[in-house]
Amino acid sequence: MALLEVRNLGIAFGGLQAVSQLDMTIEKGHLYGLIGPNGAGKTTAFNMLTGMYAPTEGNIILDGVDITGKSPEFISKHGVARTFQNIRLFNGLSVLDNVKLGLHNQMKYAMWDGIFRTPKYWSKEAEMNHQAMKLLKIFDLDEEADLLASSLPYGKQRKLEIARALATNPKLLLLDEPAAGMNPQETDELMKTVRFVRDEFGIAILLIEHDMNFVMGICEEITVLDHGQCIARGTGKEVRNNPKVVAAYLGGD
Amino acid sequence: MKKLKVFSRWGKLDKGFREKAVNYAIVLVAYLAIQLLAATGNLKNSVSGQLVPICTYVIMAVSLNLVVGFLGELSLGHAGFMSLGAFSGTLFWVLNCETMPKPVALVAAFLIGGVVAGIFGFIIGIPVLRLRGDYLAIVTLAFGEIIKTVINAIYLGVDSNGFHISLKDAMSMGMEADGTVLINGAIGITGVTKASTFTIGVVMVLITLFVVMNLVDSRAGRAIKSIRDNRIAAESIGIPITKYKMMAFITSAVLAGMAGVLYSLNYSTLVAKKFDYNTSILVLVFVVLGGMGNIRGSIIAATILTVLPELLRSVADYRMLVYAILLIAMMIFNQSPKAIAWRAVVAEKIKSRMPGKKNLKQGKEG
Repeated sequence: MALLEVRNLGIAFGGLQAVSQLDMTIEKGHLYGLIGPNGAGKTTAFNMLTGMYAPTEGNIILDGVDITGKSPEFISKHGVARTFQNIRLFNGLSVLDNVKLGLHNQMKYAMWDGIFRTPKYWSKEAEMNHQAMKLLKIFDLDEEADLLASSLPYGKQRKLEIARALATNPKLLLLDEPAAGMNPQETDELMKTVRFVRDEFGIAILLIEHDMNFVMGICEEITVLDHGQCIARGTGKEVRNNPKVVAAYLGGD
Repeated sequence: MKKLKVFSRWGKLDKGFREKAVNYAIVLVAYLAIQLLAATGNLKNSVSGQLVPICTYVIMAVSLNLVVGFLGELSLGHAGFMSLGAFSGTLFWVLNCETMPKPVALVAAFLIGGVVAGIFGFIIGIPVLRLRGDYLAIVTLAFGEIIKTVINAIYLGVDSNGFHISLKDAMSMGMEADGTVLINGAIGITGVTKASTFTIGVVMVLITLFVVMNLVDSRAGRAIKSIRDNRIAAESIGIPITKYKMMAFITSAVLAGMAGVLYSLNYSTLVAKKFDYNTSILVLVFVVLGGMGNIRGSIIAATILTVLPELLRSVADYRMLVYAILLIAMMIFNQSPKAIAWRAVVAEKIKSRMPGKKNLKQGKEG
């Protein structure tokens, strides 16, 4: 059975049909791309998958659980994590705390344990620190663990956001334009990191990206959206040669 | 060389722990200094009368900082919780201070004040925490006023048949001749046996610091701060927003309730009018001036700004004018880059004169 099944998904904001009849199947351990011109509905699709928006039609089944229109909290607990197009970190907190927040639902102790500093507090905090540092090391951020998240350079902030998402122990990771604003070297490095994450954690990754080299380079299957509808699907080569896709990007009839 | 050893350990300690230790130390040193002044007879009456209110406002400021500074929601009804705590705790004290052992009754009064304020914090929190920003501020302001107005209109008495309550006047409670009026509407509770002392106040301040500082620096505290920094991101990683908003709001209400008990047991009469909009704003001023999310700032701002109006009594006519100018001056200079740089230079100078300097640096590197 597929990890994620999206059937006939659609959402309308009043009279505006932002996404309609979107179908998608995501298998464990694979890399998927979602592309399309600006305003095609890519981020809207992400927002429905993560519970930020409630779809007005269709179903989303994650690993046998219907997560259609559930709260972001519920969906996160069931294994979908995401990053954002405009980076959303906890800027007032340290890099380490950002990742530890991702571990929030993995390692628990009660409010009272925290206030009275019980043995449980010390052991769980130590475990959290250990786990978080392990993740930070993967992303080469362990040196900056005590810095404020806002003080990191742009590229590292992007990485930290991925590290935080991974800390929630997801089955599916959604990356919204991870290479946006990066130079070619940084993009190359990010490509390696994304592949590494897929191999190391064995999770499925779905990403939105405008950098075609990036998408064609790592995605095994690409879905193309235009005006909220899926116009093509296939490998990079198939999609590139699809006349509908060319028309959507370059104009034509 | 014992001293050196202590300093080197100090440098190696976790930064968060050091911050906390300094906060506790500030309170304890201030307490001992005041006790010393009192013992040598150097304490002015005008100052000694302010000691319990200072403790009260420190608790109020630190607890409000949990909601405003760490959760990031503007609450303008903090005095309402103080009022609920003050009236419930004082009522218990008035009824039981004769019959129960004094320390037991006092502790119970504090607990009841805290619990009652906490319960109302929960009830009010249900609708209020669905709102954000300005709307939340407006609704908390309204709740503060509602609490004040309702308590201002309550008449409560007790006689051989039990409790009587009325919202009209003392007569309409229909009590027997042996009855006593407990809450007399706008006149409030009178004839309270004073019980608050500076020592009790400092103990309450320390308890408040312990609860708030440890809470903020734990799993729950991180979640609370994450909501402030980025609510959408917090949701996306599975933080239950409502639960942690409620946790911060209720904890803050409980502490404000206890502060209310501390405050009211310092006087022989208790009126609802004291806990109005102005008091809420006053506490908010402490928090904003001390710095959002800065607990030490709250302690210092609450202390200075409570003492200040008393010290300005000699220029009575211009008191509020001077107070306002000082507020503006503090706002400008407290957080200005130059002032911050100057403080850093001073801190560096003090450090360089400390005997454990070398060890300190080694500790940091190691």
